[in-house]
Amino acid sequence: MSEIKVDCTGETCPVPLVETRKALRKAKEGDIVEVVGTHPSSKKEIPMAVKALGLELMDVQEKDGIWKIKIRR
Amino acid sequence: MTDKTIIIVHSGDMDKVYSALIIANGALAMGMEVSLYFTFWGLQRLKKGGLDKGPLSKMNMLGLGKWMVKRKMQKVGVVSLEKLLQDFKELGGKILACDMTMEIMGIKKEDLRDDLITEYCAVGTYINEARESTVTLFI
Repeated sequence: MSEIKVDCTGETCPVPLVETRKALRKAKEGDIVEVVGTHPSSKKEIPMAVKALGLELMDVQEKDGIWKIKIRR
Repeated sequence: MTDKTIIIVHSGDMDKVYSALIIANGALAMGMEVSLYFTFWGLQRLKKGGLDKGPLSKMNMLGLGKWMVKRKMQKVGVVSLEKLLQDFKELGGKILACDMTMEIMGIKKEDLRDDLITEYCAVGTYINEARESTVTLFI
């Protein structure tokens, strides 16, 4: 089991969503993908994608406009 | 059943091709299957070197408007059409090319980016995919 980090800081639509999906496709079952970013809408839309993909949303945090989302594949 | 999206890319305008690719990539990212059906002016964008050659749909002003919008997009961090297209392919999106448009406009396979094109086809393929799609758009 490994942890994959995706940095989308400063990126805008649709990059955070797309990069999250790319990382999740590469991840193996049980792997954790951690996405960091600043695009406001992606903070709520990445969890929507996680739900649609039937994966586990582990954690969503935000501090000073930078959010961090943890997903388990 | 996997949810499916099919988008007809009829316009070759830069901003509309952006819309099509952003929606397509969003749908792929959210777990849907996606096909893009390029026809008419849209098909011009699949010519070699043609992806970002389209004008702005409004206020193009002989290219000045497009230049200003592109500059603004760069400032905001919007990725290129090429990057969107590469991501689209990487996430398993399909590209369909209208063969009638090719005949009308005298476009040959070798004029197009053949490596990206999944299938050369016509309306039957579109309807076949659209009837099992939950999202269909004409752009």
